[in-house]
Amino acid sequence: MKFRFFIPVIVVALLAVVFWRGLFLDPTKVPSPLVGKPVPEFSLPTLHDPEARFTDARFREGPALFNVFGTWCPGCHTEHALLVEMAGTLDVPIYGLNWKDDRKAAIAWLQDDGNPYTDIAFDKDGDVAIDWGVYGAPETFVVDGDGIIRYKHIGILTRDVLQEDILPLLETLKAETQGGTP
Amino acid sequence: MMRSLMLVLLLAMPTAFAAENRFEDPQKQERYTQLINELRCLVCQNQTIADSNADLANDLKDKVAGMIHDGKSNEEIIIFLTDRYGDFVLYRPPVQPNTWLLWAGPALLLGAGLLVFGFTLRRRAANADREEITDNGENT
Repeated sequence: MKFRFFIPVIVVALLAVVFWRGLFLDPTKVPSPLVGKPVPEFSLPTLHDPEARFTDARFREGPALFNVFGTWCPGCHTEHALLVEMAGTLDVPIYGLNWKDDRKAAIAWLQDDGNPYTDIAFDKDGDVAIDWGVYGAPETFVVDGDGIIRYKHIGILTRDVLQEDILPLLETLKAETQGGTP
Repeated sequence: MMRSLMLVLLLAMPTAFAAENRFEDPQKQERYTQLINELRCLVCQNQTIADSNADLANDLKDKVAGMIHDGKSNEEIIIFLTDRYGDFVLYRPPVQPNTWLLWAGPALLLGAGLLVFGFTLRRRAANADREEITDNGENT
């Protein structure tokens, strides 16, 4: 019967493990149910040319990044320099979703700070953002050559995220597309 | 004076939090109010989209209102949102394998508590009996 003394100790130890792990979880990062699913269908005007369309067909031409941003979003300014750098070094296109923004302000910002985007969809009403399950800019998606969303990063892009998650994934995707199309 | 002012403010509070009227049809309005009070705002996670004034919460309220207007059922609206944002948007989590513990948890804890309680009572009763016997033994 001596071991009964240990029951509370064990319970406390288990709880401590659970809570300790909880300290390092970020509840603001909600896993997206869209990872593993095809990109939602959409058709939007582009930021620079209201007459041109940006549609989900773009994501079937090969692996691509899709970055949700707005001039009103402080985190987007923070990650911008890294995006510009990535645009110069990566060999996949970075597409942008300009979310609920002012067209003029967005164009002016990209002119001043550099434009890392191959092309930018302009989502004035935020409807397409909802279809992509976006809830807080900046968000970055990695889409494979078949238009399947493979990864989503919520929040500011960092070098760590790039090195540990995005670059290895892009390598895999490139291997897949080469293997898939003989 | 101050007190009556506070009272007026307190009484005004429920109306301040009620959802704005979006529908002529009271039934649709009720569905709308009920739905937006069950959906979590992802920007400010401890608020429903009814409570939140975040941009996205307003967009989602518009979306819900629009879908009710288009004759979509509550279920269709819930599916639309969970397809995009996951079960996390639901304040009332669905009963499914990964939430069984969540739903059964209170009952399990109550059961465990009752078991411990039962054992303790029994042991006490047994101890009391034993003490009575020894007491009697000492007294005689």
